[in-house]
Amino acid sequence: MTRYILQRLGYMLITMFLIATFTFFLMKLLPGSPLAAADKLSEEQQAIVLEKYGLNDPVPVQYFNYMVNLAQGDLGISFQFDNREVTTIILDRIGPSMQLGFQAMVIGTILGMLLGLVSAIYHNGFLDYSSTFLAVVGQSIPSFVFAGILQYYVGVRLGWFPVALWEGWEYTVLPTISLAIFPIAIAARFMRTEMLEVLGSDYITTARAKGVNKFGVVFKHGLRNALIPLITVLGPLAIGLMTGTLVIENIFAVPGIGEQFVKAINTNDFPIIMGTTLLIAFLFIFIVLVIDLLYGVIDPRIRLAEGE
Amino acid sequence: MKKTNWYLLVLALVLSLFLAACSGGDDSETGSEGEGTDTTETDSEGSDEASGDSEQVLNIMDSAEIPTMDASLATDAVAFQWLGSTTDGLYRLGEGAEPEPGIATDHEVSEDALTWTFNLREDAVWSNGDPVTANDFVYAWQRAVNPDTGSEYGPYMMNGVILNAEAVSAGDMPVEELGVTAVDDYTLEVQLEKPIPYFESLTTFGTFLPLNQAFVEEQGDQYALEAETLLSNGPFVMTEWNHGEGWTLEKNQDYWDAENVQLEEINVRVVKETATGVNLYETGEVDRAGLSAEFVDQYSSSDEYRIEEEPVLFYVKMNQENEILSNVNARKAIQMVIDRQGIVDVILNNGSLPSVGHIPANFVSHPDSGEDFRELSGDLIETNVEEAQQLWSTAKEELGIEEAELGYLGGDSEVAQNMDAYIKDQLEQLEGLTVNVESVPFQVRLDRDTAMDYDLQNSGWGPDYIDPNTFLNMFVTDGANNKTGYASEEYDSLIAEANNELALEPVERFENFLEAEQLLIQDDAVIAPLYQRASAQLWKPYVQGVIVNPMGPDYTYKYAYIEGK
Repeated sequence: MTRYILQRLGYMLITMFLIATFTFFLMKLLPGSPLAAADKLSEEQQAIVLEKYGLNDPVPVQYFNYMVNLAQGDLGISFQFDNREVTTIILDRIGPSMQLGFQAMVIGTILGMLLGLVSAIYHNGFLDYSSTFLAVVGQSIPSFVFAGILQYYVGVRLGWFPVALWEGWEYTVLPTISLAIFPIAIAARFMRTEMLEVLGSDYITTARAKGVNKFGVVFKHGLRNALIPLITVLGPLAIGLMTGTLVIENIFAVPGIGEQFVKAINTNDFPIIMGTTLLIAFLFIFIVLVIDLLYGVIDPRIRLAEGE
Repeated sequence: MKKTNWYLLVLALVLSLFLAACSGGDDSETGSEGEGTDTTETDSEGSDEASGDSEQVLNIMDSAEIPTMDASLATDAVAFQWLGSTTDGLYRLGEGAEPEPGIATDHEVSEDALTWTFNLREDAVWSNGDPVTANDFVYAWQRAVNPDTGSEYGPYMMNGVILNAEAVSAGDMPVEELGVTAVDDYTLEVQLEKPIPYFESLTTFGTFLPLNQAFVEEQGDQYALEAETLLSNGPFVMTEWNHGEGWTLEKNQDYWDAENVQLEEINVRVVKETATGVNLYETGEVDRAGLSAEFVDQYSSSDEYRIEEEPVLFYVKMNQENEILSNVNARKAIQMVIDRQGIVDVILNNGSLPSVGHIPANFVSHPDSGEDFRELSGDLIETNVEEAQQLWSTAKEELGIEEAELGYLGGDSEVAQNMDAYIKDQLEQLEGLTVNVESVPFQVRLDRDTAMDYDLQNSGWGPDYIDPNTFLNMFVTDGANNKTGYASEEYDSLIAEANNELALEPVERFENFLEAEQLLIQDDAVIAPLYQRASAQLWKPYVQGVIVNPMGPDYTYKYAYIEGK
């Protein structure tokens, strides 16, 4: 097991290196200048300012310098926020995004699984149709539409929760719900399909014949088997959440990292683009590893450390 | 054993969810034309209903995080806004964009207009207790043009203005040679490169704000990155700065003019979505919200609805390296066929004005009579489709062509795309003309402008100081922002004369600019003016005394107060 993990960590490093390299050179193809007032300065003046950021060097030299600094954990300073360290900026902004994403994933997964379970247990009944309907609606309505509706009716009209801003727990409620809709829908759909399949299999019939009650079967045998495919979609689900966050962050005025990343791309803020890309890449690779390890935990048939 | 596994599973799930929550991003908001950062501020008071005397708290919104609070490095509207609220320069922008005393009480100008001597007040202090002295200006200005600082606006604002700025900013001369010296603690002497008639208004600008040398050097790399590593000498002090979320300013009790500052607190929150801003306004959380076109109809009859005119112009640039556009009749036809009223009524719907020249309305006025430049200059173009057709057929004859195809470079925001589609429609009224619109991001448009890789281009310009020169100087031969291929000796000499021989003759100088504008728009048809931008706002009626500025900080909050909330 340890060897497997070490090996995977090794691959992770290589992957990160490749991502850093590709992103670096792709980024250099972005049109425009990282200077805010490039249209107002002569080329000589621009060159003087670019010198400060080491941008007058040939791209391979810049790449080499960046990688050396990166290896020492130095992500450099931002261009658009003069002199602010990339690490500080990312740390400032990642908190709210993570909190919202975390809350939405927890709520989304739990609610979605429950919906799916109910659907499966009461297959073709009223509850099944209702929850399927909810899942379809949740998956097809874009989150920003839902967010806008929530903000106006729950925030402005009913006044139950703050309309927007980021000043305490109650401020996370509406954005969390908006973000959770998609995970709920996905989890419900998967749960339902898998549970139906599992519940129809022979060993469940056997268990039922032995006298285990309906719910006992569902929770003891069904759930565990249905989890494998669900965990597999959690990765893509998480990515879906990440990309959705920019919109939700803007609508609810959340000081998250999504908007920051897009703005960095629009303003050619190379160090922020690199830093954020690397962070997201790292998290993504890490989640894939966690999911792979989880397979073994959930299902003993999937053995990762084959030698043992 | 089984139980442990389940715990592990739950733990791992939770962990993976937590990590999964990091957000990536897709592109939903991109900047529109060349308008820099659009500031959306809203004033509001969120807390309890004040009885009797209103609580002097203003809660407002801004559309972006402050990029920097370092005056030497600031380049955008958000930074200049909050620098302006926390720091006094030599002068401040007051009502009607008239400079009023800041750290300087008055000044003398030498006969040749090259030496300006400012007398500084002795009661101004920094928020750490240090007095504000002439050296603070010397240090700040030297720092702004010092190549090591990497300032963009330093060279941009000072080169050609302050003596030796050009050489210092290129690293060819030590910073001590910059034409600014402290005669004593409270007398500042500035040597100019040439007479600058608008220098007084320049001294209100962010790049010319003073810096406390000891403090800045002590903070080093950390200077102005947090509220704690900042100093202020102005009406307000920044007491809290939560990056990306917002910031809080409080009244500076040690401000030299503290008795005229009524607001106790300004809370600013970063809100990017117009709809969100409107919702916050509706719930009373903020006192001011900017409106985009789709909200205007809903609110335009409200008492709280206001139009704020801005001296920012938008126009179609025509590249004269293109054979068709090298023909002056073709350019005139393009100018004349566009229905500007339609653009501001249908597309923008926010109080923007049709533009009929290259100096905005209510921007500069005649030095003697006080009449507005725009009034005096009049409508240099009009919309007349028939005449445009005639000019167009003359142009086609002269060029020996039947049909023409032109590329059109526009922005990629929704408003920009609507507008460009509208303009394409208008232009294609000209017989045989096909216009191919290309919607590109702002950065790409800048690149292609620099390379002159366009035929027609939707472009914009806002002033850097209050003088016609900031608009008209653009189109001198080979000017860095010309990029149309326009080269006119007559035009060049009018502008050069205004900036040299006539620098001390305000009336003649003004007339030169009138003549130059006429040449640029009417005779040579270099650009096709479109509109002068305005923004539609909602203001809570209890916010009083906020001054809207045409340049520098968008608003002056020094005299603002809350009444009758």
